[in-house]
Amino acid sequence: MAFILSFAALIPLDSLGHYIHWGWVEISVANFIIIVLMIATFIAAIAAPFPGRRRRKENR
Amino acid sequence: MSSSEIERQWTTRLRHRVEGKLPPEKMLPDTQPNYVSSWIYVFGVATMSALFVVIATGCILALRGPQWWHGSAYGHFINSLHLWSVEIFFFSMVVHLWGKFAMAAWRGGRALTWMTGVITFLASVATAFTGYVSQSNFDSQWISTQAKDGINATGAGAYFNVLNLGQMLMWHIVLLPLAAVVLTALHIVLVRIKGVVPPFEENPVVENAEVTQ
Amino acid sequence: MTKKAFNPDVDAPKWKGGYHPYDIVKEGSIAIAVILVLTLVLAIVFGSPDEKAITIKTWSNAAPLDFANTALEELNGTSTTAAYGAPYNTASTGQQLGPLQLAKWVGVRIPVNAAKDFVISPLKSLPDQPTLDHQLAVWSAASSSTKNAWLTSYGKAKVSFVNGQVVANTTSAGPVPVMINQLTQMARSGALDQALVTGHGFYTTDYTKPLLFLADSEYLPGLAQHQHLTGDQWGMMNETGNYPGQSWLWLYTFWYQIPPFKTSANADVLVWGLMMVLSAVLLLVPFIPGLRSVPRKLKLYRLIWREHYQETE
Repeated sequence: MAFILSFAALIPLDSLGHYIHWGWVEISVANFIIIVLMIATFIAAIAAPFPGRRRRKENR
Repeated sequence: MSSSEIERQWTTRLRHRVEGKLPPEKMLPDTQPNYVSSWIYVFGVATMSALFVVIATGCILALRGPQWWHGSAYGHFINSLHLWSVEIFFFSMVVHLWGKFAMAAWRGGRALTWMTGVITFLASVATAFTGYVSQSNFDSQWISTQAKDGINATGAGAYFNVLNLGQMLMWHIVLLPLAAVVLTALHIVLVRIKGVVPPFEENPVVENAEVTQ
Repeated sequence: MTKKAFNPDVDAPKWKGGYHPYDIVKEGSIAIAVILVLTLVLAIVFGSPDEKAITIKTWSNAAPLDFANTALEELNGTSTTAAYGAPYNTASTGQQLGPLQLAKWVGVRIPVNAAKDFVISPLKSLPDQPTLDHQLAVWSAASSSTKNAWLTSYGKAKVSFVNGQVVANTTSAGPVPVMINQLTQMARSGALDQALVTGHGFYTTDYTKPLLFLADSEYLPGLAQHQHLTGDQWGMMNETGNYPGQSWLWLYTFWYQIPPFKTSANADVLVWGLMMVLSAVLLLVPFIPGLRSVPRKLKLYRLIWREHYQETE
């Protein structure tokens, strides 16, 4: 409710950024999470069973 | 007026060229081939949906002008929607790209579909970039003064001045979104005309395989 | 239909199998609803960054000596902008891609004379400053060798910021100490911000000059360094705070971290050239033998179409 009145973020990410250092590789935690999620989503998208398969088999 | 004269008209020729290419049952199909059965197929429509939200939130930001969101909590919230829909847009588009690569979706005369997709991606990167430099905050000060060196080095900086807020804002809210939307529409029309690429044949009987072109 | 050899990476077999019901409008509607909800949740929970823009006023008040030193560099031609070359001026050849001097060939399209635009003209715009006006007249009348001698003396002098004034411990710098101090005062009052943007008249949306001036400072890169935004910090893909940035620029940013780009004076044009070639490769994947066979050899498609292969084998 308070949010609807104030429009303020619940967990604002404005504090100084966190970074992962790995040799000369440097990446913000936020970008790292996004890239990992992207790869995980891709793997899940091609590996997870797609619903509706049984129904189609019954239809045939 | 003779019928041959009508046949020679540009309008008639154009109509003959396009007619039958995209009948309603292809534009809005109610069936799909059985191989279309994977979550990977949802990322194209997810990208398009995110683009819809990006444009809708951009339009709300446009209503009150480029400075509004700095001073209004509501404006800032709309900016947040704009940012996160852009993140989802690129997220979906990259997964879509990986999926289409894995399926070699350019096969069977679909190279132009692939290419319009890649150009849409590049145009989207440019659109996002001009958005970052149009924010009129510290972020845009830093990004524009850094990016100028790259663009200047190519010679393009002479005409595409990333330090010119007015120019960047126009590119961000008029020219590049127009390009992105037109390219997306073209991409979708091509997908609908050609249909979804069929699977590789595992044991192709070459003599019997028909080449669809 | 032409009969030609079937290339599995170019041609697709004609689908002779079955079809199943598919509601494209429903799928689209659900997708928009899901994306909308996801966007709302992310925006409500995390918000978005809006780190306030810095001004020349904030810079010169926070770091007056850095401002004074940058102003000196604009005058003596050693600042980044003053020594830039095209499209701003002819001070250098700029970056080269092998024999190609792309920027130089396009020429000076956004003329910036650092000394005149950033220092002399703003000072001249100040009203009722007889001492300053006299010193500016002395400056204008002097030969370039005299100007250089003054600037060298100022550059060697110990410069300090005392009681709100920039003071240089030298008597052989001619009008330079007055000019630098007055410009610093003008900057600290906020008047320089205005003087730089109003170059085109009352209305303007062009911030080329104040941004170039700011970028010549040590102050702006210092703030960016603190926020992990500089080029050697993979900064192009980063955002202020803990927000995700333009992560899709990872490859572009990557090249700047490795040799030969990391140390090259032509890094920008080399990286841009490389990215254009790589973009063209991505665009032309369907036509590049070998590359277009990768998906068939990768066999990820077996997973995507596993139902189809289970049914047909």
